[in-house]
Amino acid sequence: MNRKIYLDNAATTKVKKEVIEEMKSYFDEMYGNPSSGIYELGRRSKEAVENARKTVADFINADEKELYFTAGGSESDNWAIKGVAFANKDKGNHIITTKIEHHAVLHTCEYLEKFGFETTYLDVDEYGMIDLEQLKSSIKPETILISIMYANNEIGTIQPIEKIGEIAKEHNIIFHTDAVQALGAVRIDVKKQHIDLMSMSAHKLGGPKGIGGMYIRKGIKIDNLIHGGGQERGKRAGTEGVQNIVGFGKAVELASKNFEQYVSKLTETRNKLMEGIKNNIPDVVLNGHPTMRLPNNVNFSYQYVEGESILLLLDMDGIAASSGSACTSGSLDPSHVLLATGLDHGTAHGSIRFTISEETTDEDINFVIETMKNIIEKLRAISPLKKNM
Amino acid sequence: MYTEIVMDHFKNPRNVGSIENADGVGQVGNAKCGDIMKIYLKINDDIIEDAKFETFGCGSAIASSSMATELIIGKSINEAVEFSNKAVVEALGGLPPVKVHCSVLAEQAIKSALYDYAQKTNKVIKGLENYTPEDEEVHCH
Repeated sequence: MNRKIYLDNAATTKVKKEVIEEMKSYFDEMYGNPSSGIYELGRRSKEAVENARKTVADFINADEKELYFTAGGSESDNWAIKGVAFANKDKGNHIITTKIEHHAVLHTCEYLEKFGFETTYLDVDEYGMIDLEQLKSSIKPETILISIMYANNEIGTIQPIEKIGEIAKEHNIIFHTDAVQALGAVRIDVKKQHIDLMSMSAHKLGGPKGIGGMYIRKGIKIDNLIHGGGQERGKRAGTEGVQNIVGFGKAVELASKNFEQYVSKLTETRNKLMEGIKNNIPDVVLNGHPTMRLPNNVNFSYQYVEGESILLLLDMDGIAASSGSACTSGSLDPSHVLLATGLDHGTAHGSIRFTISEETTDEDINFVIETMKNIIEKLRAISPLKKNM
Repeated sequence: MYTEIVMDHFKNPRNVGSIENADGVGQVGNAKCGDIMKIYLKINDDIIEDAKFETFGCGSAIASSSMATELIIGKSINEAVEFSNKAVVEALGGLPPVKVHCSVLAEQAIKSALYDYAQKTNKVIKGLENYTPEDEEVHCH
C-alpha cells in the first residue's frame, strides 16, 4: 500500500511549490540584510520584506504599518497577551479568555497569574461556541484584555468574532484573537471585526514553518517583544528571516487568489467526509459546530474505542490524522477542548480529527471512509465497552 | 515508537473475545484513563486452559493484553499469580516508558480474574490472600 493521504493539515501543511520557488533566491542571491540599505543587496531584501508585509496586511484589511513578523503563532500569542498585560497593568489586571484556547494562550495566562493577573476562562457549549452573555457578564472594571481564538484547531468551531469585537470596543477593552487556523480559511477583516491584535502563522496555509505575524492596531499599548536593533518598528528586534517572510507573503498571496472558490471546494469535500462517516459508522459524535466550522475540519468521536489505536491502524493504510486522546499526547487527560464541550473522558479518548487540504480528492475521501469503517469495526470487536452499554 | 512484536500483537491480537461460563473474569482500568482490560480464564485442575481478552485502549494496551493471555495459557494458577508485567514488556521487546502502565494493567487484569476464580470456588490462592481488586483501579497512571 503506497497510497499516502495526509489529513493533518491543521498540524501543518505542505509548503506550496510556488512558495518554495519564491523563497529560493533569498538564500544565495538576494541574501542582504534588510537593515543594510546603503547598498542594493540590502535594499532588495528590505523591499521583499515590505512587499510581503503589504500582501499579508491587505489580506486582513490592515495597514501594513500594523503588521509585524514573528516566529509563528505561539510567539504572537505570547507577545499579545504578555505585551498587553504588562503595558496596561496600571489600568487593571483582569484577562478574559476561553477554556478551548491553544496552550500558547492558556499557559501564557497561567504564567501571568504568577504576576498578579487574574484570568476568567469562558465556558463553551457542546459545539465549542462561547456565550456572548457570559462574556459580557465577565467584564469587570479591571478587565484589560479579551483573548478569544478565531477558530479552534481541534474541533474547528468559528467564534462570532465581530460580535466579540463589538463588545470589547463598547467596553474599551483590547481584543486579541488567535487566528492561526482561520487565516486563509475564513475571510478576516480586522477593521470590520474590531480586532485589536491578531496572531497568524505561515505554515498552516502552505507557507514555511518558523514564521508568523501579528496584527497590532495602531494606538494599542503593548510592550516590545525583543529589545535590540530597530527591526519591526522597534517592537521585535532581530534580523528578519527574509526568505521565510517572502514565503509567508507568497502563501498569503496564493490564498487570496480564488479565495471563495477555494473555500467552497474545501467545504464541499469536508461535507462529503462528514456525511460519509456519519452515514457509514454507527455511534459517532460530531465534535465542533455542524456549520460554523473551519472548511477543512472533520472531528468525530468513535464510541467504545480509543484514538491512538485508530491512528496506528490509519497509519498502516497511509492515512495521517490526529486524536484528542491522552495516549497520543503523553498527558493523562484527553484534550481540554473536548472536555470543555462536555464530552466524557471515554468519548474524548475516541476522537479523531481529519483536516483536509485542496489536494484531498473524492477518491481519498471514499478510501478514508471505507478504512475508518473497517478500523472501527475491528477495534469495537475487541472492546469490552460496547456490551456494557 | 513501538517494536515489531508490539505492532504484530496490535495488528493481529491473539485470544480476542470472551469465554462463556468462564471460571474467572477480571476487569481493570476505566474509560476516564483511556484503557479498560477484561480477561476471561478457563481453568481446569488449577491449570489455565484458555484465556481471552477484551480491551479498550491504545495500541500498547491491546498488544499487552494479547501477549499476557499468550503467556499465561497453560500455566498453573500458582504460576499465574506470580506473573508480572515485566514478562509482558520483555516478551513484547520493550514498551515506551509512558506505555509501561499498559503491561501493569494486564498483570492486574489477570490477578483480578484469578481472584474472581478464587471467590467462585472458595479457594485460597497463595499470593492473593490480601488482594482486593477495587484497590487497583481507582487512579490513572
